[in-house]
Amino acid sequence: MPNGYAGKFLDVDLTKERIKEVSFDEKTLQQYFGGRGLAAKILWDRVGKKWETLDPYAPESPLIILTGPMTGIYPGGRICVSGKSPASMGTVGSTASTEFAHELRCAGFDGVIVSGKAEKPVYLLVTDGEAEIRDAGHLWGTLGEETIKTLNREVTAELTKRKPNVGTWREPGMVYIGPAGENVVRNAGVMTKLCHAAGYGGYGALMGSKKLKAVVAKGRGKLPAPDAPEATKLLWKKAHQILISKSEFRRYGTGYLGYQVGAEYSSEPIRNWQTEWHDEKSYAGPRFEQYWVKKKWSDFNCTTNCMKVSCIKNGKWKGDITDLPDYELQAYCGTNLGLFEPVDNIHMSALIDNLGHSGINGPNAMGFAAELYQRKVLTKKDIGFDLKWGDADAFTKLAWMIAKREGIGDILAEGTYRAAIKIAEMKGKKPEELLKYVVHVKGIEIGAHGTRSDMDYVHDASYAGNVQGGDHTSTIGDGYSDMSDAIFADSGVFCDFCRTNRELEFDFAKAITGFPITVESWRKETGPRIVTLQRALLLLGGPDMKWEPLKDDDNPPRFYEPLPEGPYKGKTTDKKLVDQKLQAYFETLGWDERGIPTKETLKRLDLADVEPFMKKMRD
Amino acid sequence: MAKNIWIARDYAACSGCKRCEIACSMKFEGWIWPEASRVRVFMPFPGVEVPHLCAQCQDYPCVGSCPTQALSTDPVTSAVLVDKEKCISCGNCIKACPGNVPILHPGDNKATICNLCNGDPECVKVCKEAGYNALMLVDEEPSINRKTFSRPPLEVAKELAVYFFGEKGEEVI
Repeated sequence: MPNGYAGKFLDVDLTKERIKEVSFDEKTLQQYFGGRGLAAKILWDRVGKKWETLDPYAPESPLIILTGPMTGIYPGGRICVSGKSPASMGTVGSTASTEFAHELRCAGFDGVIVSGKAEKPVYLLVTDGEAEIRDAGHLWGTLGEETIKTLNREVTAELTKRKPNVGTWREPGMVYIGPAGENVVRNAGVMTKLCHAAGYGGYGALMGSKKLKAVVAKGRGKLPAPDAPEATKLLWKKAHQILISKSEFRRYGTGYLGYQVGAEYSSEPIRNWQTEWHDEKSYAGPRFEQYWVKKKWSDFNCTTNCMKVSCIKNGKWKGDITDLPDYELQAYCGTNLGLFEPVDNIHMSALIDNLGHSGINGPNAMGFAAELYQRKVLTKKDIGFDLKWGDADAFTKLAWMIAKREGIGDILAEGTYRAAIKIAEMKGKKPEELLKYVVHVKGIEIGAHGTRSDMDYVHDASYAGNVQGGDHTSTIGDGYSDMSDAIFADSGVFCDFCRTNRELEFDFAKAITGFPITVESWRKETGPRIVTLQRALLLLGGPDMKWEPLKDDDNPPRFYEPLPEGPYKGKTTDKKLVDQKLQAYFETLGWDERGIPTKETLKRLDLADVEPFMKKMRD
Repeated sequence: MAKNIWIARDYAACSGCKRCEIACSMKFEGWIWPEASRVRVFMPFPGVEVPHLCAQCQDYPCVGSCPTQALSTDPVTSAVLVDKEKCISCGNCIKACPGNVPILHPGDNKATICNLCNGDPECVKVCKEAGYNALMLVDEEPSINRKTFSRPPLEVAKELAVYFFGEKGEEVI
């Protein structure tokens, strides 16, 4: 086993209630590293030929929860959740910052692979070198807050009972699902720390389909030893010095962007993306900052502290606790629903997080429903109440209905894309009539950064070519370089907001693992291998959804409508540029003009066993 | 030069980054080992973070409780020192401590307590470097007040939760 890895992975079968340990050889780890990359490889090896017909909710469809060799050592420890995505039918490396990640490694495991399906709700407790399936009947239906509180108490008591003499036991780390995940809401998140989510991909639904409420870890061991300890320690110091110098980002995180991105860049989702510009001073950063009861909040080994803890202390939303909210949720749980009061936004974010319904994807579906109400496609009779922009009470009700799959919520719980198709059928309309209001790529709702003004970090082909659909953390740039960075962080597994510089990050990776890993080797080989495998799986699709190469490698129709107002009025995404850049991207990666990996590319990347499937697609 | 020092603490200022644990274990264990750290940050609810470490009580109940005289105090820094050879892992020091601060080391199972790094604590350095100052090195004589800082972490956390969240804080831990 190479350095930097604990060396063991838990392989849990919930049907047979059997737990074993597995490991991966050095070649596999060098080729796929960890997290997002290794998850794709595990999926391909386990599912392989049956990919096209595998229902993500089938018992044999694995839920994969992985760290990477950099987790906990490089600043900003994260966990990566993956599996066959119920949303895209491909794979997503969905990451979230959490103490669970280093706790798992300190317990001696790099990851957990869960297959099968429990008969009754369970949770998995991982301790030093051991794991146990435990009853979660009492936790089923609980919100995030209650889940954390109960598990902290229960697990700490259990560990104290097992070893009463060693001192005060600290709370464990955990990932869990809320009611949305339990009820298999297709775009639900895997949650942690109340307001952190592995949101893209719908892995909360996958976890819920297995009746797995949580995975909890407590490790009393050390983090896996690095290959070059002294170099690693020096790099650790250097990395933190760089992070500590980022004073503005440390002060505000992304908490001031809910105003700035709309007012300055015209790229913020507002009322289901009907516009992307606003100049609502009510939504300015200082008005959010008044709710920040903790102004510097970090996760393990992080000095970026972009998080701040918010709490509403009076009025009807009294007691709601969340982070900033960060920009994504200020947009999606705020402006996208027509909410422009910080207090309403904090409430909506806290609620969505508590329900375990990914804060980008869930409210994307709610915004879509509200636009259908605005256009009189959905009526008060369909919904049960008026669903007007800016009505926080109405959206509160709708969020609960989706999480519980009640009434119209049951349809919206299928994610925006599938909901549109169902509602069109219900209303006797052609799917295209409603799909033009759906802001997604390949079934995954798009993050809160628009391309029409071309002022944000995302551009024309950013989402169109993304193997993780609308995931704003994994978008492509002009060529391949940006994407390569995202794959590295997601496979490493560390936080995107703890980026320092490429040289330092790769020196770090090499010092930890001893692999001959460099910026170049990652860009030319490892990164392309991972993204090519992801592309292949995405194209193979699933039983209810198959994406057409090129046709579906595109932005949603709304991204081609002209911006209706603001300083960039009239601007829109340039379709010609999208096509050009997609071709350049495909070419860089050695995919053909439809984005299907070529035989030569697959061979070069040691993915020859994928070739028969791609050949079928090419013919 | 070692002198009489103390680590003052400001719980509300702690970001929860736990770099104090990383720095402490890097120094004493040679690598990142959170549960072997002499300072441990408890987080019984997200956002409620409590750095937990020895407060150097003036009357040192831990030292008095040790049946094998494995514990002593540093006359200059006032830190508690552990003679691991003499420690029999009985856990008496943990029970005697008003804050249940000591731990039995997850590796050798011996009593493990902050020794103030002989006057230059690593945890304080990294906390200060990041601008949090949740842990602050102060140069002052022993005081009767120190002992009042030695409290079980959940007790501190419950108050901190109310400080942050008002009435809601009463129910989260």
